[in-house]
Amino acid sequence: MDFLGLPSYSWETVLGSAISGVFLGSVYALVALGLTLIYGVLHIINFAHGAMLMLAMYAVFFLWSALGIDPYLALLIVVPAGFVFGYALQRGVIGRFSHGRDEITLLVTLGIAIMIENGALFAFSATERQVQVPYDFDGIDFGVTFAVWPEIAALAGSLVVTLALWLFMTRTDMGHAIQAVAKERRGAELVGIDVEHIYGVTFGIGAACVAVAACLLAPTYAVSPQFGYLFVLIAFTVVVLGGMGSFVGALVGGFLIGITEQLGRLYLGESLGLITISAIFILVLLFRPTGLFGQASG
Amino acid sequence: MAAFGRGALMLIVSDLTKRFGGLVAVDGASLRVDQGEIVSLIGPNGAGKTTLFALISGFLRPDAGAVRFEGQDILGRRPHQLAQTGLVRTFQIVRPFANLTVRENIATGAHTRIVPRREALEKADAVGQALGMGALLDRLAGDLPIAGRKRLEVARAVATGPKLLLLDEVMAGLNPSEIDEVTPMIRTIREGGVTVLLIEHVMRAVMTLSDRAYVLNSGAIIASGAPQAVVENPAVVEAYLGPGMAQRLKGTADA
Amino acid sequence: MSDTLRITGWVVLAALGIAAPFLISSGRWLEFIELTLFVAVLGQAWNILGGYGGQYSFGHAVFFGTGAYVQALLQFRFGFSPWLALPFAIASGAGVGAMIGYLSFRYGLRGSYFALITLAFAEAFRVLARSIVSVTEGGRGVSLPLNQDSGEVWTTLQFTFAEPFLRHAGYYYMILTVLILAYIAVWRMERSRFGAQLISVRENEDAAAALGVDAFRVKMKAICLSGMIAAAAGVYYVQKYLFVDPEIAYGPAKSVEALVAPIIGGLGTVIGPLLGAAFLHSIGEVAKEAIGALIGPRPGLDLILYGMILVLVLGYLPRGLAGLLDSAWRRLGGGR
Repeated sequence: MDFLGLPSYSWETVLGSAISGVFLGSVYALVALGLTLIYGVLHIINFAHGAMLMLAMYAVFFLWSALGIDPYLALLIVVPAGFVFGYALQRGVIGRFSHGRDEITLLVTLGIAIMIENGALFAFSATERQVQVPYDFDGIDFGVTFAVWPEIAALAGSLVVTLALWLFMTRTDMGHAIQAVAKERRGAELVGIDVEHIYGVTFGIGAACVAVAACLLAPTYAVSPQFGYLFVLIAFTVVVLGGMGSFVGALVGGFLIGITEQLGRLYLGESLGLITISAIFILVLLFRPTGLFGQASG
Repeated sequence: MAAFGRGALMLIVSDLTKRFGGLVAVDGASLRVDQGEIVSLIGPNGAGKTTLFALISGFLRPDAGAVRFEGQDILGRRPHQLAQTGLVRTFQIVRPFANLTVRENIATGAHTRIVPRREALEKADAVGQALGMGALLDRLAGDLPIAGRKRLEVARAVATGPKLLLLDEVMAGLNPSEIDEVTPMIRTIREGGVTVLLIEHVMRAVMTLSDRAYVLNSGAIIASGAPQAVVENPAVVEAYLGPGMAQRLKGTADA
Repeated sequence: MSDTLRITGWVVLAALGIAAPFLISSGRWLEFIELTLFVAVLGQAWNILGGYGGQYSFGHAVFFGTGAYVQALLQFRFGFSPWLALPFAIASGAGVGAMIGYLSFRYGLRGSYFALITLAFAEAFRVLARSIVSVTEGGRGVSLPLNQDSGEVWTTLQFTFAEPFLRHAGYYYMILTVLILAYIAVWRMERSRFGAQLISVRENEDAAAALGVDAFRVKMKAICLSGMIAAAAGVYYVQKYLFVDPEIAYGPAKSVEALVAPIIGGLGTVIGPLLGAAFLHSIGEVAKEAIGALIGPRPGLDLILYGMILVLVLGYLPRGLAGLLDSAWRRLGGGR
C-alpha cells in the first residue's frame, strides 16, 4: 500500500480500523435514518436534525445527572418525548411558516437549528457534558480491535431501528398512508388522508429516531451545543450516499461512511482524514445524486 | 393538394424518434414548415405533440432522426442557442416569471437581441401594445388570469424576435370569446414576418388559421395537407374516435 | 418609487455613511455600524446569487474564508504588501466561485442539492485549512504582525497606530468603500441585461432557456461576482483583526450571517441586505443589553433572535423588510 506517500500498515491494523468504522458507522446510520425518512416523505432536508439530536442528548444527560436515570432506560422517556416534539415542530412551525415551498422549508429548518443551537448555548453554556456509565470499559475483544458495550448496543440499535422502520412502513396502515403521501400527495389528499397529520407523524418518527440515537450515543459521546452541527454534515452525507428516502441506504451508507472515515484517519491523519467525508458528499451529489439505493425522482 | 407554403424552407424534421423506457413517444415523425406559413400539429391527447416540440426546440434529445432549421443541422443544440438563432417555443403549461411585471417578463425575451435595458423595456412596450396587452404592462405576471398568462407566454416569445415560433396549445383553457381574441393575435404575429408551428386542440382555430396541418397519432404522423382535407381523412377520424368506433362505423358502412 | 427618488435616497444614505465618523465620537457605536456594514456586504454577496439568482448557498463562508486566507497568507508567507495581496484575494473569491459553480451548475444541481453542496465545500475547505499546516498554519490560524509605525499606516493598510481620526474611522471607511462599490455593482446589475436574465433564471429556468437565456453562463457570472464581494469582506476582516483561522474563515457562522440578512431585509433587492443587517444587529444589541443587565452576559441570545426573526419573516413577510417598506410607501400614495 505504499503509494502517494501514504503510510503502510499491517492488515490487522487496517481490519481493526475498518471494524471500528462499522461501529462508528452504525451511529451515523442511526442519526441518518430519521433524516432519510423525513426526506422521503416530506421531500425536505431537515437542517434542524443535528440540533434535535443535540437537544435529545441534553435530555438524556439531564435525566441521568438530575434523576440518575440510565441512558438506556431513558429511551422510554426520550423517545415518546421526541415524537411529540417532532410532531409539534412540523405542524406548529415548519408546516405553518414554509407555505409548502421547498426552499422556504429548508430555510425554516435552518432557522430552527439556529434557535435550538444557540438556545442550548445560552441555557447550558459551551461546556461539554457526558453521561458516566459503569459499563463503558467492558466489551468484546475482536483481536484486531476492541468494542465497548455501548458501541455494540449502538450497532444493534441501528439494525433494530432499520428493521422496525421497514416493518412499520410496510405492515401498518399508518405506514401505508405515509407511503401514499410520499408518492402522491394530491392523490392521498383526494382519498381522504389528512396529509398535514401524516407530515406531523413522519416528522415525529424522524425525531423519535433521533431520540433513540441520542440514548445510544450518550454513553460514548460528550454533548455540547455544537454537537449537532458535526453530526448533521455526516448524516447528510450518509443520506445522500445511501439515497434520499432509503432506510437500507441509510444503514449501508452509514457503515460505508464510518469505515471510510476510520481508514481516512488511519492513512491521512486525524485532521485531514475527515476530508474523505466531504469528498464523498461532493462526488455523490455531482455524479449520483440519487445515491446507492435512491430512486430517480420526476 | 394545397400548394406548399409561401417561401423558402424553414424547418425540416425527418424521422424523429424518442423513447422513454419502453414507450415510444415519438416514432419516426417527419414534417416541414416553410417561411411565412402557419402550420398546425394536431392529434389526440398523448399523441406525442409536446414531446415533438421539446425535441425540435432542444429541450429533449432524440434517439434518432434529424432536425434542420434554415438549412442547418440543429440536433444537439441547447434551447437557449436555438432561441438565439430564432427558433423559439412556448409552453403548454405557461411559465410566467410570476414576481415580475408583464413588461419585465416581455423585456426578458427582448434581451435576446437587445443589450441595453432601456431599449429592451421599450421593445417590451411595443410588443405588449401590438399583442393587446398594453393595459396589463404594469401588472405582476403572477396576478394575471389564465388568458392573460397565455397571451404573455406568446408575447414574451415574440419579443425575442423569432423566425419560427412553436406555440403549444395557447388556446387551451380559454373560453370562446378569449379564443376569438387569440386568433387575430397569431395572424398579427405572422404578418410581422414570423413563421408559426402550433399545437392546437381547438379545431375552429386550426381550420381558420392554418395553411396546412399535420396529424400526429401514437408518435407518428398519419396525415398532412390542407386542414379541411386532413380532418376528413379516415385515418384521422379513426385516431380521434378510437379503433372500436372506427370498426363500428366500418361495420355500418359494409352492411 | 422612481429611480430618481431611489438614487436621491441612496445618495443621502451614502452621505450619512461618510459623515458618520464625524458625527459619532463613540468608538463603540461606530464599531457597531462598522460590523453592520460588514454583514451587509456579506449579505449582498449572498443576495446576488440567492436573491437575484435563486440559488441558495448554505456555505458562503467558502468565499469569505478564501478571500481572508489569501489576503493573510500572501502577506504572511511571501511578504506581499496588502495592496498587492488584495487583487489576488478578490480573484480567489471569483476562482472558488467558478470552481463550485462549474461543478454544481454543469451537473444541474438546484434547490436543496445546491444548498448541500455549498455546505459540503465550506466544510471541505475548513478541513483543508486545518490540515495543511505547512501552508495555512492549521488550527492555530494565521496572525499578521501588528504595524506600530504611524508612518506605515497606508503601506500596511493598518489603522491601529494611525493618527486619531484614522484610528477612529480607518476600518470603518474601508468596509464602507467595499459596501459602496458592491452596492453600486448590484444596482447596475439590476438594471442590465445580465440582471434581467439572472432573475429570469430564478423565476423559471426552462422558460428562461426558451427565451434564449444561457442559464449556465448567467449563474456562473453570478457566483463569481458573489464570490468576489464575499472575498472582499474577507480582506477587510483580515486587515482589521490581523488574524484568521479555519473556524472563523469556513465555520457555519459566516454562512448563516450571509443568508439571514438579505432574507430578512428583502431578497433580490439592493437595499435588502443592508436593511436586514441593520435590523438584526439593532435587535441583537438591544437584547444583549437588556438581558445582560438582568442576568449578566451570556452568548447565543442574539442568534436565537436571528433564528426566530428568520422563521417569522419567512412565514409572514415573503418580501422581507424592503417589501414592507414598499407596501407602506404605496399606501402613503407614493405609487409608481
